[in-house]
Amino acid sequence: MTAVAEQPAELVRRKPPAAVRRKRFLIAVAEHSLLIAAALAFLAPVVFMALTALMTTDQALSPRLWPEPFQWSNFAEVFHKSPLLHWTLNTMIYAGLATLGVVVSSVPVAYALSRLRWKGRDAVFVVVLVALMLPPQVAVVPLYVMWAKLHLVGTLWPLIIPVWLGDAFAIFLLRQFFLTIPQEYLDAARVDGCGEFRILTTVVVRLAKPAIAAVSLFSVLYCFNDFFLPLLYVGENPDNWVVSVGLSQFRSLHQVQWNLVMAATLLVMLPVIILFFLAQRAFVEGVTLTGVKG
Amino acid sequence: MSPWIVGFLVFVAYPIAMSAFLSLHAYDLLSPRRWVGLANYRYLFRDDPQIWPAVRNTLWLIVIAVPCQVLFAFGIALLLTRARTGAGVFRTVFYLPALAPPVAATLGFVYLLNPATGPVNSLLQKVGVENTPLWFNSPEWSKPSLLLLGMWGIGNIMVIFLAAVLDVPRHLHESAELDGAGSFQRLRYVTLPLISPVILFAVVLGVIQALQYFTQAYVAAAVAAGQASQAGTVSNLEQGYPEGSTLFYPVLLYYHGFRFFNMGYASAMAMLLLAVSFLVTLVIVRNSRRWVHYQGAVR
Repeated sequence: MTAVAEQPAELVRRKPPAAVRRKRFLIAVAEHSLLIAAALAFLAPVVFMALTALMTTDQALSPRLWPEPFQWSNFAEVFHKSPLLHWTLNTMIYAGLATLGVVVSSVPVAYALSRLRWKGRDAVFVVVLVALMLPPQVAVVPLYVMWAKLHLVGTLWPLIIPVWLGDAFAIFLLRQFFLTIPQEYLDAARVDGCGEFRILTTVVVRLAKPAIAAVSLFSVLYCFNDFFLPLLYVGENPDNWVVSVGLSQFRSLHQVQWNLVMAATLLVMLPVIILFFLAQRAFVEGVTLTGVKG
Repeated sequence: MSPWIVGFLVFVAYPIAMSAFLSLHAYDLLSPRRWVGLANYRYLFRDDPQIWPAVRNTLWLIVIAVPCQVLFAFGIALLLTRARTGAGVFRTVFYLPALAPPVAATLGFVYLLNPATGPVNSLLQKVGVENTPLWFNSPEWSKPSLLLLGMWGIGNIMVIFLAAVLDVPRHLHESAELDGAGSFQRLRYVTLPLISPVILFAVVLGVIQALQYFTQAYVAAAVAAGQASQAGTVSNLEQGYPEGSTLFYPVLLYYHGFRFFNMGYASAMAMLLLAVSFLVTLVIVRNSRRWVHYQGAVR
């Protein structure tokens, strides 16, 4: 037995026979070509959009694929021809206030759902899960009626106020993270005479910074990308259009100017991409927290 | 903390209860609501000519689009685990499109797939394809076009798959290999069972998203129809253009509730959507006990 046990170490070091090595090499080549082909396919849409954004209007309507000449002024033209800056400002107000609300309201709820024991806790958590899975269309009619009666349809408030009462996704993600905080830290604070509120604001919030960053990031992204609710509440009031609603109308304002439409589209994609590279770690944290540990 | 919990519960419970209540009325927001009993539901199940096309379109998403996207995301994740160099770059390339704002991505794809001037058909013609598809402008191709758009944005699920596949303990693969399992058998009998909870998660998430699929369908229809889609000027052409092929259930609900202001009828549609979402999720989760393998403990 001893002889056999020593053998594997030697086996690993010995090179496999040439035929096996060649087969492995060919498989690796095949896998990498597939990978590169897929990556090119994923990049192609953006490349073609960028090329079109640099064409003249006539060229964008022709089957030619390469811009000649490069018309960089298209990007400036977008700002002249549409209130993109105004839409961006509205989006920032919406995203800023909503994200603040999500964090302020969801942190305490998530804490209560993960680290405090109270009657009905599990039932409330089930409600969070249900809210998470509920299509927004299910609840939207009565809410619209409510906001209409409050004369707030046409403003950004119907988008902002609800998240100040908690957001199911944020509560879920934060709860998953809070569960990983060692109980000893909380107990130590309790022994030192902290109330629950101080434990939350000093100990938990500091430990949960990565999760709070992820939640804020997802909230900003959600506000920037969401279309259904903004269309519903501010769709008929162009003064309060956010970027997503404005962009959806852009094409009907500039019928055949695909070059301008693509330039606007890229300008709208740009902030998201910048945000991704600035906050890559928070993204990965958030995605794995909700997915793998869920 | 309790005010927040109460507030949150109110924002979940109130609309559902109120939807149920409104669904028994005729209500257009301006005139007082009128009790109509089950008339909305009768119209919903028996008379509305648009319901079945909308339900069929949404079913198409669940039965065809969701499996395609999950399989595709899984395939990309598997390929990524094999990358020797530049794995980070590849991962970023596959992930980033998922972040593209849906309205922007949809506009981009409607342009790319424009039948006359889009680059895709230009390229297809260059390689000699004669009858190039009309994509978003033909009822046969409009849903596959939306599927292409969806497959471009599978980044989130792909990242989750990738993490799960990389999490499969190495020693299990090694012992399977010693037992003579080829790479396909290892995938089938080691990787798949171990990541089955993630597959379940991906399927449930996909189905939930399919049930609320709105933005892409709405924007694609409006842009491809080339209509001025200012609120208030609804033409029948635009509804699920072309020929109702992109009229999904949530789109129809939107038209009834917020363009025609049939609030009662839209509430009835919402109640059906609620029941179906609940049922579908329940069925998938129940069924999953047969094929999902939780490592270690029974959760």
